[in-house]
Amino acid sequence: MTILSFDWAFIIEKLIMIAIIVFASLGIALYTTFGERKVAAILQDRPGPSRAGPFGLLQPLADGLKLITKEEIIPSHADKWLFILGPGLAMTASLLTCAVIPWGTAIHVFGRTVELQIADINIGILYVFAVVSMGVYGIMIGGWASNNKFSLLSALRAASQAISYELAMGLALIGLLMTTGSLSLKTIVEAQVAGNWWNVVYQPLGFLIFFICAMAECNRTPFDLPEAENELNFGYHQEYSSMKLGFYLFAEYINMIMSSAIMASMYFGGYDLPFFDESTVAPNIAAMIGVGTLLIKIVLFIFLFMWIRWTIPRFRYDQLMSLGWKTMIPLALFNMLLTGAIILAKL
Amino acid sequence: MQPLTNKAQAVSRKPMTFLERLYLINIIKGMMITFSHMFKKQPTIHYPEQKREFSPVFRGLHVLNRDEEGREKCTACGLCAVACPAEAITMEAAERMEGEENLYKEEKYAAKYEINMLRCIFCGLCEEACPKDAIYLSETFAPANYTRKGFIYGKEDLLIPNPKTEASALAMAKGVEA
Repeated sequence: MTILSFDWAFIIEKLIMIAIIVFASLGIALYTTFGERKVAAILQDRPGPSRAGPFGLLQPLADGLKLITKEEIIPSHADKWLFILGPGLAMTASLLTCAVIPWGTAIHVFGRTVELQIADINIGILYVFAVVSMGVYGIMIGGWASNNKFSLLSALRAASQAISYELAMGLALIGLLMTTGSLSLKTIVEAQVAGNWWNVVYQPLGFLIFFICAMAECNRTPFDLPEAENELNFGYHQEYSSMKLGFYLFAEYINMIMSSAIMASMYFGGYDLPFFDESTVAPNIAAMIGVGTLLIKIVLFIFLFMWIRWTIPRFRYDQLMSLGWKTMIPLALFNMLLTGAIILAKL
Repeated sequence: MQPLTNKAQAVSRKPMTFLERLYLINIIKGMMITFSHMFKKQPTIHYPEQKREFSPVFRGLHVLNRDEEGREKCTACGLCAVACPAEAITMEAAERMEGEENLYKEEKYAAKYEINMLRCIFCGLCEEACPKDAIYLSETFAPANYTRKGFIYGKEDLLIPNPKTEASALAMAKGVEA
């Protein structure tokens, strides 16, 4: 179907992909909130939400309904437009990340080959970094527009934390990029599918740094200083109510899913199911198995995030900074030099 | 002072070793502890479906007693109201008329008998004060209510079902209490 020398089916295909991935991300995020409460409860010998629906499975819908129907308050001294823009920006930035994640190999429908990835851009991981940095604007703008000292402090914390840990994250990634030689997530995953080992075997230190930094980027405990309840009353979303608050909380969970997906893709083989020869089954089924594998890996990472959250307490602010600047960055640099030295020695 | 137990331990002030300063090992140890809690038995009692058993000395809502023939035992002497430390009990006495012998055991009875369940501290002193065995504390507790008025229990709320005329209701009440 080519009208005006343009492949319209391609547009439709991508639009459907975008719709599926965005709604799937939102759905998974919805149930991640439920998972968080359930995991927290089980780790603390409690049953967790169990009233709404069987096993409390309708709880996230009830939560969402509650947030939507709540009264929406915009403080009289808040900057109205920025106040509205903040949560939207946070949400947009976290959803944009899913554009470059390869969810599986291509599937064949209606005689077309559909890549299970919205856009395979050759600077994939760089794009992720750019978009994730945008997420800080959501927090910054929200905290600033609230016209509240606690919100502002928390926004400043979030910004400085994000900057500090993004540095180490990027440096940790350089080691990986040296071994793979590509920024495209698809290429990185394909290399792991074709190769013997996943990247985590070649880059254990790099993965550890990346993981810790990802936790800091997602504002998860032990790095959840921006929303430290006991010192900042709730942090940057203190003045927010109704679905705007919901957007902030949601964005955090989507961030978590996306960073899990990126870690799974870059270090744990993405959609690669180990000890399984994809060529033995039909290509469409193999692609679906790949998608399932990636989802399982994401769920495991999310569980790890939650498990850590309900195990260790929050860092003090100066400890956070000293860990970021004095430990993570030198370690990442060391990892980079080590990788370079090994690559040179192998040549 | 002499140590009372042999559990006392001197605090170690040794500087942390490199592995300890990494924290990772200790974090993993901590995570193992939380993980082991996933398989522990939960002490939760899912309330409306499961109920926790009361102890045999539990003191709950008051019941105004009747004798075997279904006559109210209370004579409105007011000893319970005097004994009540929370001043939760109010009553008005009335004289038994001709032909009411099947309703009231003695020639004086309580025309009005109210207990404010918001004031009551469920100490059971009324039960102890009563010379006629007319009031005692059951094993149920006051259910929630929307208004303060709803917590003022009158005679119709407190009286035990008549064994003569409402035998089935009495059996049910006893079944709940047991």
